[in-house]
Amino acid sequence: MSTHDPSGAGGLTRRAILKSAAALGGLALCVRESGGVVLASQTQLYGAAADPGGVVDNPLVFVSIHPDDTVLVTVHRPEMGQGIRTSLALVVADELEADWPRVRVTQAPADEARYGSQDTDGSRSMRHFFQPMRRVGAAARMMLEAAAAARWGVPASEVVAERQRVLHRGTDRRLSYGELAGEAMHQPIPEPRQLRLKDPAQFRYIGKSSTRSVDGGDIVAGRAAYGIDTRLDGMLYAVVARPAVLGGKLVHYDAQAALAVPGVVRVVEIPSHPLPAQYFPLGGVAVLAGNTWAAIKGREALKVQWDEGPNRSYDSRQFETVLQNAVRQPAKVVRNQGDAVAALQKGGKRLEAEYYLPFLAHASMEPPAATARILDGRCEVWAPVQAPQATRDLVTSLLGMKESDVTVNVTLLGGAFGRKSLPDFAGEAALLSKAMQGRPVKVMWTREDDIRHDYYQAVSLQRLEAVLGPDGMPLAWLHRSAAPTENATFEAGAEGEDQTEYGMGMINIPLRIPNVRLEIPPVPAYTRIGWFRSVYNIAHGFAIQSFLDELAHAAGRDPRDYQLELIGPPRRLDPRSLSDEWNYGESPVLYPLDTGRLRAVIERATSEAGWGRSMPKGQGLGLAATYSFMSYAAAVIEVRVGSGGEIVIPRVDLAFDCGAQVNPDRIRAQLEGACIMGLTVAMHGEITFKDGRVQQSNFNDFPVLRMPEAPREIRLHLQPASFEVPPGGVGEPGLPPIAPALCNAIFAATGRRLRRLPIGNPLSNRQSKASPT
Amino acid sequence: MQSELSVNGVPVKVEATPDTPLLWVLRDHLGLTGTKFGCGMGLCGACNVHVAGQPVRTCVTPLSAAIGKPITTVEGVGRDRVGRAVQEAWLALGVAQCGYCQAGQIMSAVALLRASPHPTDQDVDSAMAGNICRCGTYPRIRAAIHRAAEQLRSAP
Repeated sequence: MSTHDPSGAGGLTRRAILKSAAALGGLALCVRESGGVVLASQTQLYGAAADPGGVVDNPLVFVSIHPDDTVLVTVHRPEMGQGIRTSLALVVADELEADWPRVRVTQAPADEARYGSQDTDGSRSMRHFFQPMRRVGAAARMMLEAAAAARWGVPASEVVAERQRVLHRGTDRRLSYGELAGEAMHQPIPEPRQLRLKDPAQFRYIGKSSTRSVDGGDIVAGRAAYGIDTRLDGMLYAVVARPAVLGGKLVHYDAQAALAVPGVVRVVEIPSHPLPAQYFPLGGVAVLAGNTWAAIKGREALKVQWDEGPNRSYDSRQFETVLQNAVRQPAKVVRNQGDAVAALQKGGKRLEAEYYLPFLAHASMEPPAATARILDGRCEVWAPVQAPQATRDLVTSLLGMKESDVTVNVTLLGGAFGRKSLPDFAGEAALLSKAMQGRPVKVMWTREDDIRHDYYQAVSLQRLEAVLGPDGMPLAWLHRSAAPTENATFEAGAEGEDQTEYGMGMINIPLRIPNVRLEIPPVPAYTRIGWFRSVYNIAHGFAIQSFLDELAHAAGRDPRDYQLELIGPPRRLDPRSLSDEWNYGESPVLYPLDTGRLRAVIERATSEAGWGRSMPKGQGLGLAATYSFMSYAAAVIEVRVGSGGEIVIPRVDLAFDCGAQVNPDRIRAQLEGACIMGLTVAMHGEITFKDGRVQQSNFNDFPVLRMPEAPREIRLHLQPASFEVPPGGVGEPGLPPIAPALCNAIFAATGRRLRRLPIGNPLSNRQSKASPT
Repeated sequence: MQSELSVNGVPVKVEATPDTPLLWVLRDHLGLTGTKFGCGMGLCGACNVHVAGQPVRTCVTPLSAAIGKPITTVEGVGRDRVGRAVQEAWLALGVAQCGYCQAGQIMSAVALLRASPHPTDQDVDSAMAGNICRCGTYPRIRAAIHRAAEQLRSAP
């Protein structure tokens, strides 16, 4: 089988565009009136307008109305549990004055030229598409009104659309949307300045939690179709033996025993790709069979010899020494005010601490899986991917086809959390179908494949140093963050966090400290680094919020009061004044860092949790607050630590401010989920490497939180916000405060300070075992 | 080798080796894809179905162990009142996020409510401890099980 064309590497191209656009900063490509926020005085593009896919708000692309009055809304962002299929559809339906029970949703295939940005990560679907989808709905509504007015020969001002009908005020005539649809689609699309958006007081669905999930019924009946569920006539099932060490190459394999397994049809080599890994398949040997079990048994029977390559001796325990050396010497300065180094050397109470976060695997419940078929020179893929267009680009390049000959259908994603932004598995399916002369092939990853061949959350060591003045408040703050960069997955030799990585919760601390110095040491990567829900905010939030708690205790102060005093009075900070040039790609004017909102979530969470109440020995409350993805979150966790070290969490109070709230019930669901996932990060999950290999394999040695460990109660406190406040992210920002809040609570309960995640093992000998049924 | 099974009340014939896990028989041979693969080691519960009324992890249950016994999968669980009550409670409380593990969760919940119609929080935790949800829907699953139990008690 042929390999890819490196010069036309689609995955690289797309990523490179993103990176170079970020690097060039002020380069103005074009200004689209409909896209994001473009300020007249600036050439920089922000929001979705700065993404390669941009914004599309053409109603004819997203809405079709059928003669039977069914309203079909096309959702272009993948659904991975965040509820976006429901939430974007309800925005369109509301402005359209559609009746929710008549709304159906269809999932867009990969096509950013048609739909705009589909890259679903960074908690930005609603941030970037709330207003465009409002415009889509409003434009469609006005076109229906115009069609009715034309049919009746009356001025458009005399007709009004309401609940799926257009009425003529004077004569009480009415026409249903279904009756008008054919004529409406030929009406001119209203110009942006003519659009009449609803007053928020008129919203029926936006902000109401009145719309049940469009997929809920299918989910509870087992009808919902995920990537793993694709079935095509004549389809083969493939399981792949991949090199255990990143960069490993196949030397030799013997397929005889595999081919003898009943049901096995073929054994096919997948070529490896030179490092950096990018989105490309890892290479290896695929066993194709008539069913999944035969493919699994066939792979077990394979005899494969590998050349393990340059990463064969990587050891994550030894790598901790590299990280320690990195954070204990001066490094690249990314923010500097005053003279922290001099201040740290003067008198005063001096504190220093190092915080460790291990590699993490995403472990979405649906492991990677994808299906491809090639027919008449066209390739069609079905895959659970967060980055549909990148998947299409990858398949296009791997097969040497034209983009127009590649279709990528986006299935439901059975969890993703960042893993499925990287579509190597879909590339495997395409290559295998090609090797089988176009026959449909479904690639299945086992859990072991998923744990061992992830794009991991980066390991990191954070060092913080501070010196306290006579009043106990810090005079100096030094923070070094050592972690491999996700860029290393795309560019050979990239080292240390870049501005989009230290931009996640490190650079922009809004604390009133006179001397601040933030540094990024160069640290190499020896495995594929990817994005994990809330990404570098996890390590930065854990370190900063733990250290603030340490400082408060050293100063003899209450941690809440101490943090509020450091934040200071409410003010709107330009992120650039904090050396944050990135700001999650958002306008610093539209999205300043609002210390008033940060204070408010801290005050809300602590007051709801009964902060300051006296608690028996072994129990405590811990606080942490973080600002990420343009949203503010504060968690107070109540913990009870048993004599054997067992941790019980009676309650979590999480206050959250994401600005405008479109679907409050799904916001709550995302926060509950972020809390549970944050507790897994805090208590359980750790990926380690020895001899270049991942040592974990499944939920026995990469445990995740189970129901008995879940908090007895998660109380969510959504800050009221008007629709004047632009929406912030929802999927990720609930996670960063969880681990530090838990560790701070454990300190309050036991006096024991935990600076290394996961904490599970040092506190007790508990093993998380599956309870057999 | 051909075997006869009874799935959701329907007799079916499958051609598969007797060691094939029931999971792959259901999914690949019979096209019942509602039952999910999660771990392959009986650790996560995504593949739970009922065999002769008992919750079973199909990823570690060979086809040979299911022959001659009635099998109920998520596609058929709504055919009785307990299954329906659980499905309705799941919808009313918006339990699912990605939804992938929910078939297994629902099968465990239905088995719990059949065995103990008045479950305590502790009963729920221990019955559901074998089912992993990576999205973190545990608080709503707990609430939905209690809601379904209440609903079943009030409308016997």
